[in-house]
Amino acid sequence: MYQVGNLVKELSEKHGRQRESLMPILQDIVIKHSYLTDEAMVEVAKELDISAAEVYGTASFYTFLDTQARGKYVIRICKTITCSMKGKSDIIHTIEEMLRIRVGETTADNQFSLLETNCIGWCHKAPAILINEMPYTELTPEKVSEIIKDYMQK
Amino acid sequence: MEQKALTKVGLIFEKIDPQEVLQKAYKMTSNEIIQAMLDSGLKGRGGAGFPTGLKWKYTAAEKEPDKYIVCNADEGEPGTFKDREILEKVSVKVHGGMAIAGKAIGAKKGIVYLRGEYRYMLPQIMIELSAFHKMIHDIGFDFNIEYRMGSGAYICGEESALFESIEGKRGEPRNKPPYPTVSGVFGKPTSINNVETLVSAMMIINHDAQKFSQYGTKDSRGSKVFSVSGDTPTPGIFELELGMTVQQFVNEFGDGDTKAVQVGGASGFCVPRKKFAETIIGFEGVPTGGSMKLFNSSRSMYNVLHNYLDFFTEESCGQCTPCRVGCQQLLKGIEKVKKHEVKSTYLTELTKLADSMKIAAKCGLGQSVGNAFKSIVGNFREEIIY
Repeated sequence: MYQVGNLVKELSEKHGRQRESLMPILQDIVIKHSYLTDEAMVEVAKELDISAAEVYGTASFYTFLDTQARGKYVIRICKTITCSMKGKSDIIHTIEEMLRIRVGETTADNQFSLLETNCIGWCHKAPAILINEMPYTELTPEKVSEIIKDYMQK
Repeated sequence: MEQKALTKVGLIFEKIDPQEVLQKAYKMTSNEIIQAMLDSGLKGRGGAGFPTGLKWKYTAAEKEPDKYIVCNADEGEPGTFKDREILEKVSVKVHGGMAIAGKAIGAKKGIVYLRGEYRYMLPQIMIELSAFHKMIHDIGFDFNIEYRMGSGAYICGEESALFESIEGKRGEPRNKPPYPTVSGVFGKPTSINNVETLVSAMMIINHDAQKFSQYGTKDSRGSKVFSVSGDTPTPGIFELELGMTVQQFVNEFGDGDTKAVQVGGASGFCVPRKKFAETIIGFEGVPTGGSMKLFNSSRSMYNVLHNYLDFFTEESCGQCTPCRVGCQQLLKGIEKVKKHEVKSTYLTELTKLADSMKIAAKCGLGQSVGNAFKSIVGNFREEIIY
């Protein structure tokens, strides 16, 4: 859990308070905190003067607007056909071993969440993952463990 | 049927002087620009293939003073990555195409809807966009572009779902009509075009309609950027003349053991080896937004179909029952057939369901699930059952 504080107000100043401002505001909260708490969504609803149900309804439609608690770094592994053909399972296995979590889980220190996702547009350089917004491609177990190690030291 | 050899073309990434092209466009009238598009035979490059000139003509005819150009950069179809490469390498041509479209239809506002998966590109694009704005304002254009981001929903590539998303709502497709040319984003007349279509439009103005229409066939004019992946020694993006056969494509990109090519991604068609020679890649044969996935004989087509159905089950927006329930039942159905919990003739029942979805689903997602299902089950029935 995090405290939203003045963030929602700041973002409403930046993006406006129209209905169309909703997505950019929610997206920026997720960039900062990885997911949306109930409290954050209620705050957004107040700022935009719409019902909290509208905010939750919109957020829950979009995969990247997570309403469940996530770690600081969200690892999304592409599971669509080409990545799946080119060794996705080995990559998942390596990450699971390193972080000691399964797909769908978050590490105890809230640093990492591991998720599967649909095609992220790197089929020619499969297998690919996203860590927050950064893509990493043409992965091997060795390569991905180096990448995760780097994030662990951040 | 008219057929072409496999020819590599270099229009999309050709080095041009964007300022010169836009100065030329600025001096043209709306009608002249639209006529150039019509003469070129350019059809939408997102996959649906609606003639771009007609789309602009209809939007131009609307009397409403506020109109929009929307660039669909929500490239979510499995196997496509061309729009990302285009935006990374030649974003100025995408923005230029939008300014030209704006001139043609009388729009002052452009919105690019970029998929959330590509957010990492945004800082670089913003730098390029501010230089672009300065350039077109110096020429005299009254036109501005802003970016809106998606958040990981495939359905938002459907034009009306994309509008809903820009408006800050759930990305659920609208009923049509009204079509976007009459009532699009914020209820205003909107021309929504794919990234590549806008670049092609820019190149048509740069050269002329004839230079573009000399490529391709009667039904599929011009060249097209293909995203090639799967079992191929040379994955990547390639701009090719339209009108080649799948066989010619496989000769160039296959690994010598290609058993099937999925043309057009999960919503497209699976072409088996025995049909390579007779199948033309284009609107007269198998249409494609550019996704070309090659599968060799080591791959199980059951796994391919299962992967696609799992994809659709997750990405169906859930708004209409035929798609929401249909996707789940097709997925469960092939699992049951594989486990021999039902007779193999159950596949016939599932095929009927896929047909019903084509008729009854509200939007292109549900309507096209049957494409992959029927072409894979039809051609690789034994791999689904055993």
